[in-house]
Amino acid sequence: QLLQLNSRKINNSIKKWRRTNVFFVYFNYTADIISTVEFNHSGELLATGDKGGRVVIFQQEQENKIQSHSRGEYNVYSTFQSHEPEFDYLKSLEIEEKINKIRWLPQKNAAQFLLSTNDKTIKLWKISERDKRPEGYNLKEEDGRYRDPTTVTTLRVPVFRPMDLMVEASPRRIFANAHTYHINSISINSDYETYLSADDLRINLWHLEITDRSFNIVDIKPANMEELTEVITAAEFHPNSCNTFVYSSSKGTIRLCDMRASALCDRHSKLFEEPEDPSNRSFFSEIISSISDVKFSHSGRYMMTRDYLSVKIWDLNMENRPVETYQVHEYLRSKLCSLYENDCIFDKFECCWNGSDSVVMTGSYNNFFRMFDRNTKRDITLEASRENNKPRTVLKPRKVCASGKRKKDEISVDSLDFNKKILHTAWHPKENIIAVATTNNLYIFQDKVN
Amino acid sequence: LFNQFPNLASEMEDKVTSPEKAEEAKLKARYPHLGQKPGGSDFLRKRLQKGQKYFDSGDYNMAKAKMKNKQLPTATPDKTEVTGDHIPTPQDLPQRKPSLVASKLAG
Repeated sequence: QLLQLNSRKINNSIKKWRRTNVFFVYFNYTADIISTVEFNHSGELLATGDKGGRVVIFQQEQENKIQSHSRGEYNVYSTFQSHEPEFDYLKSLEIEEKINKIRWLPQKNAAQFLLSTNDKTIKLWKISERDKRPEGYNLKEEDGRYRDPTTVTTLRVPVFRPMDLMVEASPRRIFANAHTYHINSISINSDYETYLSADDLRINLWHLEITDRSFNIVDIKPANMEELTEVITAAEFHPNSCNTFVYSSSKGTIRLCDMRASALCDRHSKLFEEPEDPSNRSFFSEIISSISDVKFSHSGRYMMTRDYLSVKIWDLNMENRPVETYQVHEYLRSKLCSLYENDCIFDKFECCWNGSDSVVMTGSYNNFFRMFDRNTKRDITLEASRENNKPRTVLKPRKVCASGKRKKDEISVDSLDFNKKILHTAWHPKENIIAVATTNNLYIFQDKVN
Repeated sequence: LFNQFPNLASEMEDKVTSPEKAEEAKLKARYPHLGQKPGGSDFLRKRLQKGQKYFDSGDYNMAKAKMKNKQLPTATPDKTEVTGDHIPTPQDLPQRKPSLVASKLAG
């Protein structure tokens, strides 16, 4: 009887958690295939990159002081073409214009700066506002035509008059020709002067002011390409230590490097790897252990990695195993054969931390995304879908039925749509506002403000 | 049950393989030549070669230079056929998706 009581108590508290921490839909934007999503440091701006090389930036409305129940909505602030498709004639290679990553610089003045990259070229964009224009020139008409100086009889002082807000994006730096392979990551250093770019085999260090030179800091290309066994999948600078960065590999390892140790960081300072039970090894083991994303916590104490089936939290002080592991969609383990055949097993999911590092989030299939609360150890599955959610409705938790009898409202594994994948998600640095990208749509959710 | 028949437990373990190993067996049944190097260089090399298109830029630029004034026969809307009759452009060429399925079936 005691056991029964306890389980009832647990069920009730799980239900309660779900009710109070659910999310409202309030925004939906249709685009080309979204390839990256990133909030800026204040969370006021949200940038998305797409397969067509475009960047769309959303800005949060200023909070309405009367209606303090809801936070501001995000509206389109600026749209620009960041990259164009190119063709490398020498290598007979098409260079896609798809934006792989966007990273914001911290704001230093009135303008905003971001780095955007495709497979080969990184660009620094300046986004600035213009809300005044000069009027009353002596030698120019209002439409710009020059006046005949002999017709000028009086002089006036030109003044700035307000105009409709115009947001302009201009490329300030172009960092090109430094990567033979495809760029998968860019990361701005905490010194705010340098940044790294990583491709499959090399990592380069750049100075934001200098475009004609970059330093190679990691090179894992073997002398003989036949001996190639692993590639770099992601890289990131430590949020506080400007000499430290990590990179993850297709074999499921993470290497932490210290740039003070040597100019070329081929030898790691720390190697993070979870030992594998050799009896469990299968053809799929290495493929599903490939890390698709690595992200430091805001505190800098932890890092999170995403492999095909799980999210792992590592303590930087412990290399031999992660401190926490969360199963994203373990039910896919018995579907690996078909997922290999339709290439889904190679999908690269990203992951993100909330502002206080207490919750982590990642995407899955069927437009599902998952959140894991590190403190309570509870998790939730939500769906980003236009069918089920009108603006301002509460999201209903979802459940996948792995096997056996399917309960009402549960979805069976075989009914999952593997074409509807959520690869990119982002969490506002301060608030409980999240951006979730399905293939063609951007959803922004916020939690209920009491 | 297992206490009465201690050997039964280990027999059952052999039969009940992990779901991953069961999936591996399924895959090997479909593609018997697969997996000499599990997850190894084949995948990685395909990944590094993404974006490869066969295109003779020499022919393309020579033809462009010669026929500056002539009207060129442009590519058919059917982008799967690129023959020697017309001047190809990078956009016309069919995307050569690095197909892992092909490599699975090949030896």
